[in-house]
Amino acid sequence: MELFVFVVAAAMILAGAIGVVVRSHPVHAALSLILTLFGVAVMFVAQEAHFLAAVQVIVYAGAIVVLFLFVIMLLGVDRTEDIKTEPFKVQRPLAVIVGLGVIGLVTAAVVASRDVVSSRGSGLVTPDMADPDSNIRQLSRSVFGDYVVAFEVTSVLLVVAVVGTVLLTRRVKPVVKEAS
Amino acid sequence: MVTSASLLGLDPISIGNLMWAPLLIILMKVVVVFGVGLVATMLMVWFERKAIAGMNNRIGPNKAGPWGLLQTLADGTKLFFKEDLLPERADRFVFRLAPFLAFVPAFLVWSIIPLGGDFSNGKDGLVTWFGHTTRVQLADPPVGILLLLALSSIAVYGIMLAGWSSGSKYPLLGSVRASAQMVSYEAALGLSVATVILLAGTLSTSGIVGNQGNFVNWHVISTGVIPFVIFMIAATAEMNRPPFDLVEAEQELVGGFNTEYSGIRFGLFFLAEFMNTITMSGIIVTLFFGGPQGLFDIPGIPGAWEGTLWLIAKIVVFLYIYVWMRATLPRFRYDQLMNLGWKILIPASLGWFMLMAVLRLARDEDWNRGVVVAACIVVLLLCVGILSLANRVSKANREREGAMF
Repeated sequence: MELFVFVVAAAMILAGAIGVVVRSHPVHAALSLILTLFGVAVMFVAQEAHFLAAVQVIVYAGAIVVLFLFVIMLLGVDRTEDIKTEPFKVQRPLAVIVGLGVIGLVTAAVVASRDVVSSRGSGLVTPDMADPDSNIRQLSRSVFGDYVVAFEVTSVLLVVAVVGTVLLTRRVKPVVKEAS
Repeated sequence: MVTSASLLGLDPISIGNLMWAPLLIILMKVVVVFGVGLVATMLMVWFERKAIAGMNNRIGPNKAGPWGLLQTLADGTKLFFKEDLLPERADRFVFRLAPFLAFVPAFLVWSIIPLGGDFSNGKDGLVTWFGHTTRVQLADPPVGILLLLALSSIAVYGIMLAGWSSGSKYPLLGSVRASAQMVSYEAALGLSVATVILLAGTLSTSGIVGNQGNFVNWHVISTGVIPFVIFMIAATAEMNRPPFDLVEAEQELVGGFNTEYSGIRFGLFFLAEFMNTITMSGIIVTLFFGGPQGLFDIPGIPGAWEGTLWLIAKIVVFLYIYVWMRATLPRFRYDQLMNLGWKILIPASLGWFMLMAVLRLARDEDWNRGVVVAACIVVLLLCVGILSLANRVSKANREREGAMF
């Protein structure tokens, strides 16, 4: 059961991720991104992180990609891009190097932590059916308890980003005398 | 089987070995919920047309069946056989996909509404069918009410992509409006739901219903009415119903996002809209009006059925209110819509959520009640003052700079 879910979700994630890169149409690429995000949400459910799965759908699929699409539609860049020509020459070799590096690092991490991963279940507090809200309780304990400073700093960062965006969009126009 | 229970196990019935009887019960629930959903939508379309006709001094549908009850069926049959047009400039795949993205979430919300069961006197609403304990509810996932927010954020895609993929101007305008509107009101929607969750202490919808034991415990009263009002307004905007139907403002946008749709694809949007009205009414009843909890005991009817009767009665009241709003209220202007959403509803729901949290903390920690209330009033006044000051400054700036676009 778990293997089956994993395979399906992994296929979704990979298909979506490849779609984001390969599809030349921005809207199609954004839709592929949603597929990936859904796959990740399914993975979360399989790992019994129900709350994270819901947040994944609400925040990423529901708000962020909607904003992507909104910008794509509003700016009218919804036409097919020619992905054959390359704006920056170094981009592709660099992408290959970085990609291989990430794969290497992840593989190394998995290999190094093989013992920990294989002995799963011990010491982990898994939420169960009896208390469906244990997920949130654990998460809120760590977010608002152990890591509250980091959490607050992150939210300040977001506010700064919003204020900065508003400031950048409000360019001061030269004062025009006559009122129309 | 732990994992499979947590994947499937949105229901106490699916814990343990999945044998034939539980599977059949689950299947039966799915079929019944699906069928009831469709029939209810059909009746809702009829009810809305009939009620509006009454308010407009018209007769309304009266030919097909008794009192025109079968009018929707006739319309649906017509839509099935109508030619399905595909605009030349449309994005074929997305154009075909969009109606389902609108329709499926509308249907899935049904699964988390407790449709019955005996919650009176602190009972947990579990019923026993054929020797198996289950809920009168399709699924009771651990994320509970968050599923509503997730699904309503998926529903945005249906409308947005429908407008975009049509490849013409008016649908695009309608869908850009829609996505802006739905994303803006989702925040207020979520924050007012958060207030309910704060009081109920659980996300699960059956838990939320179970928390509303008797009339004074109904969340509409115990959260102090404001979250209910905000939820009602935000839900109306989320469903794109009048007075928030800027998405399909006929006078401005021809028909909005669904201009290019015909046949059963249009029918799916239509169905989704009406089904959303019913499910949202169901969610409002679940969150704020005790769901299947009754005001009094109806004699002669067993507890579980009584809950269903109460639920239907309450939902019908809200359906009537929605029809009534549609018949009486003029459409908002776009800037009014955004002002209401961002400058009134979101600050109000956030402020009220903080207030409820503080009051709850004060009760738990046994603080001095008078001091807490005084401090709350001072802070609230301060916040309102700062907010209105900010609004005034930004308005002055806007007027000085002139229109930006």
